[in-house]
Amino acid sequence: MPHTTRGNAYNFGFLDEYAKKEIRRAVLKAIAIPGYQVPYASREMPMGRGFGTGGLQLTLALIGPDEVVKVIDQGADDSVNAVNLRQFIEMTCPGIATTTKTAESSLIQSRHRIPERPLTSTQILVLQVPYPDPLVVVEPSEDKRKTMHGEADYSRLLVKLYEDIVKFDEITISHRYPTRINGHYVIDPSPIPRWDVPKLNDSAALILFGAGREKKIYAVPPHTRAEPLAFSDVPFRVEDFRDAAGQRRACARCGCTDSFLDEFVGDSGSKTYQCSDSDWCDEYVLRVEHAQGEPA
Amino acid sequence: MNKILEVRGLSKIYGPGCPHCVESTGPEADTNLCPHCGSIVAIHDVSFDLFEGEILGVMGESGSGKSTVVKTLYFDQAPTGGEAIFFDGDTQHELFALNAARQRWLRNHRFGMVYQNPNLGLNFNISAGGNIAERLLMSDLMDYGAIRERAKALLARTEVLLSRVDDLPKHFSGGMQQRVQIAKALATQPPLLFLDEVTTGLDLSVQARILDLILEIQQELKTAMIVVTHDLGVIRLLTGRAIVMKYGRVIEAGLTDQILEDPQHAYTQRLVASAL
Repeated sequence: MPHTTRGNAYNFGFLDEYAKKEIRRAVLKAIAIPGYQVPYASREMPMGRGFGTGGLQLTLALIGPDEVVKVIDQGADDSVNAVNLRQFIEMTCPGIATTTKTAESSLIQSRHRIPERPLTSTQILVLQVPYPDPLVVVEPSEDKRKTMHGEADYSRLLVKLYEDIVKFDEITISHRYPTRINGHYVIDPSPIPRWDVPKLNDSAALILFGAGREKKIYAVPPHTRAEPLAFSDVPFRVEDFRDAAGQRRACARCGCTDSFLDEFVGDSGSKTYQCSDSDWCDEYVLRVEHAQGEPA
Repeated sequence: MNKILEVRGLSKIYGPGCPHCVESTGPEADTNLCPHCGSIVAIHDVSFDLFEGEILGVMGESGSGKSTVVKTLYFDQAPTGGEAIFFDGDTQHELFALNAARQRWLRNHRFGMVYQNPNLGLNFNISAGGNIAERLLMSDLMDYGAIRERAKALLARTEVLLSRVDDLPKHFSGGMQQRVQIAKALATQPPLLFLDEVTTGLDLSVQARILDLILEIQQELKTAMIVVTHDLGVIRLLTGRAIVMKYGRVIEAGLTDQILEDPQHAYTQRLVASAL
């Protein structure tokens, strides 16, 4: 490829300054109206739409020279999507630092997970979003959806939940759980599991959502209410990870019993469970080793 | 008697409209299509009052604008002119001056509508109970157990088998669909109900039971209703007062008995004669 940033073939952060400015304006509006989907001119990126272009554009528009960036794909730093995005950011933003440690990062781009370690007010979390509008499952016309959002008319989403309880005795939405922000707009919080939805509520960190293909940016500003839709007598609940005996499963690697677990099916059909957040798992292993290493 | 609804000079023109629209349409002109600009004058200068617990009939032939009257009042369509005041206890709502959110609120909380085609009033992809739940959720009832109880009570009231509460309405017969629609419309106990050709297309025994149900509801809940129909039998059975429409104009209004026994307008005379 006839390029390198060494030769300054690209602007810092790949996007030109006008594009960044436009995205920052959309971000400001999104923060000012929590949960509102702000349209923006999603630029062409050197990767397919649907591979995180919305999140990447947010990251590139917000990144500064002293940034410490962490990229997560389904909890892990070393899966293909995360590695490629991280390399792209390193290549187009010379001088910035990258890390796999949640605690050290100042800007986190993530797909499908929010880190287990509570985020701080000095951090920004950027989530990649495939489908920004939670109403798309009940109303095909975007025009009508906009009116519904404006009037906070979400009864048809609640009917979906009602039908779920009728059929299965519980709400079966596993990810993209519709969540009401600041008492008005309901957002699609990107395909994070239910486990992560409570982390949106009163978060210390700014959480931004970018949908590249759908050209929308929205935000959950710090310390904002985020309430998953539910009935007053059938409350929202997160995954419990209990086995048949009712015992909470633990991570097979670190032994943690209060993290979101991934299930791995072995060749013989046996199932093992491990932390989805790889940084959390590493940290927990160190903590356990440290505790054992101490003289009794 | 307390007034529920006051409609004055209600008009609806489809198309660009021109200064000649009104004078060149109507029963005298024998058309509702303006020859100058091609607009359709669906209704013009319709005025009436409705009182608590009263059933008002709107009759006329196809295309006379009778459905348009209830559609504008239910905010399905915006009128081109006129005003309507809804009296809700101590408050008055000037219907067409409200913003969209207020209109939606009234529609969800205080009005009910039963369409001729259950397709319009029901979502066929969610269960009968879900359809009623939708209406209850619109009026901010957020308790699953309470919603479920209320849906079942309403379906029982409208004589839908409770074992079918979780079935899709598309698997129901026409009469049952209409019952579910009535149950849905009644979910929030609205003081005002619009019935648009509710029995058209149903067989006679089913028609009779639906009409009985409507009368019972009116007796029980004192719901005021506007019944749109071209069926004089329905008008005679249900309504106390009626208006007769032709080409978008009210040509006769008064007590139902009077209109049916002693029609004044030539068109009403023909209508009554042809039905007997």
